Amino acid sequence: MPIKDYIRERYFPHLWCSGCGHGIVLGSFLRAIQQLGLSKNEIVMVSGIGCSSRITGYVDFHTLHTLHGRALAFATGVKMGLPELNIIVPMGDGDALAIGGNHFIHTARRNIDITAIVMNNRIYGMTGGQFSPLSGYGIKATTAPYFNIDHDFDVVELATAAGASFVARTTTYHEKQLTNIITKAIQHVGFSVVEVLTQCPTYFGRKNDIGSAVDMMKLYKEKTTPRGSKAKKENPDLIERGIFVQKEMPEYCNEYNKIIEKAMKGH
Amino acid sequence: MKQVMEGSHAASEAVRLAKVQVISAYPITPQTHIVEALAEYCENGTMDARFLCVESEHSALAAVISASTMGVRTFTATSSHGLALMHELLHWASGARLPIVMAEVNRALGPGWNIWADQTDSLAQRDTGWIQFYCEDGQEVFDTTLHAFRLAEWVNLPVMVIQDAFFLSHTLEPVDIPDQKQVDQFLPPFSSGVKLDTEKPCNMGQLTPPSIYMEMRQHIQMAMEQVSSCYSEVEKEFSALFDRQYGPVEPVACEDAEVILVVSGTIAGTCRSVISDLRSKGEKPGMLKIKMFRPFPADFVRRAVRAAKKVAVIDRNISFGAGGIFCQEVKSALYNMDPHPPVFGYIAGLGGRDVTPDSLEAIYWKTKKGDLLKGESTWVETQEVELKN
Repeated sequence: MPIKDYIRERYFPHLWCSGCGHGIVLGSFLRAIQQLGLSKNEIVMVSGIGCSSRITGYVDFHTLHTLHGRALAFATGVKMGLPELNIIVPMGDGDALAIGGNHFIHTARRNIDITAIVMNNRIYGMTGGQFSPLSGYGIKATTAPYFNIDHDFDVVELATAAGASFVARTTTYHEKQLTNIITKAIQHVGFSVVEVLTQCPTYFGRKNDIGSAVDMMKLYKEKTTPRGSKAKKENPDLIERGIFVQKEMPEYCNEYNKIIEKAMKGH
Repeated sequence: MKQVMEGSHAASEAVRLAKVQVISAYPITPQTHIVEALAEYCENGTMDARFLCVESEHSALAAVISASTMGVRTFTATSSHGLALMHELLHWASGARLPIVMAEVNRALGPGWNIWADQTDSLAQRDTGWIQFYCEDGQEVFDTTLHAFRLAEWVNLPVMVIQDAFFLSHTLEPVDIPDQKQVDQFLPPFSSGVKLDTEKPCNMGQLTPPSIYMEMRQHIQMAMEQVSSCYSEVEKEFSALFDRQYGPVEPVACEDAEVILVVSGTIAGTCRSVISDLRSKGEKPGMLKIKMFRPFPADFVRRAVRAAKKVAVIDRNISFGAGGIFCQEVKSALYNMDPHPPVFGYIAGLGGRDVTPDSLEAIYWKTKKGDLLKGESTWVETQEVELKN
């Protein structure tokens, strides 16, 4: 099916700023769906609040635009209700790791079959550039006009420690890798976390004098390296890209079915 | 000195001059301009205060509650879903008798997502023990925020100073901002009677059995009952210094009015011009602006509408199944007054829809000419919605 058939054209042009990386993530996501050959009726997309969450308006699947931080809690309800569907949750810094941080770790702990795409632009774009739990020390934001003293989460380490059975990271510069990773994440049975470093030239770029969207994407090229590469050993400051965790673990809905089976024995 | 500023910045300027010591918030549109300005003041040394940008509104109020427990002056700001998320802690702040001041920007609740003006968010919190003030313009936001600290610290209850999204929060108006010395005269440094103190160790928030819980609740009600007279004292002092006074309600041309329009927030500004237009045509409308919603100024409302033939309450909010929330309160205030004018309820301007002079004039005529409605309220200027299967 052509990519265009997966979108709701009536909602375009989208509201993201020019240069925003979120459109690249949307493109990669749609190509992944196309490669998997999923029908529109098999996919439910659940989002919370923020720039990333607007994706649910643009895709022609079953979509829910829910409360800030609660996307994974809503998604868990959808999955438990109709476990045969593919549940995808696009999320930003706030949804995944600030107001929704608790849901994030507990969804990982349960290993329920949901794919979370964490679009990390290191700032709250929609509300006007306040710092987020992914901004990091020393960063400037509208709520940190001099510099931020809060340290950031490492999404990959956090998801891994919390029990996610598929964990990966890439950037909007590495579009082919992104499509490939999203494809694998959706195929994976269990909670999958895909962190995508995505540029916000309007707030993060401007506040921190990084330059244009192109400059920001060049940094993704220069400051990242494939997981386990020689370059990483020589320069530990490089951020690794790739799949960090991919393991078979009992999936929550399947385990729940086992309880039902056991409870129904003898009836 | 008069400066042109948004309603948001009228709030943040008052907080600066009130010498607040701890501020915490989480970003939510359309409240963000308030805390962005304060974040800057805290970091560049304009204010000797700490600003905490935490991970949710729930955490923001929790941080402010504990800072207030340490005996410092505190402030937070939020809107809509942010306020809804604070709900549990709103009860905690009043139950712990903490004089926290909050700027609340009235915004609609989802779904569908809507960032525009609607009072249902704050009115849904009417039973949490917070004093609530609804403001008409930037000057009132500034003045009321200063009043709020004095009042909160006097009666030991938290205060919400409320302004309409965008119509007020993002609208530039001239606001008279006094200098620090004048504000210091009005608002002395905060000195808390009950606080955590290493010299006098104590334990707060413990299990409270039925034998004492009820009295604690009664004390909150008693404090609420003192608010009206305390507020009048606070306003008297404020007006001696700054020559501005508002009152818990403001009756405009109510003495001989046949129909009184009861309004709040920015709709009051529109209503003033409608009243004077209708008066110039020989009509006899009046306006009652309600500024203080909690405690509800029932006496003032009774006095203002006593002689009117009809009362029309315009609500930019809805309690589903019961009608407009101001309307319910007005009806309940009038119930035991015999005789009292009939009360007409109108729902208007939800989710940021404009309430224009024409809307208010139509409400006036409908009330003047109409009989009491069968339902609880009339919905103003809604379109017919075609239901599709």
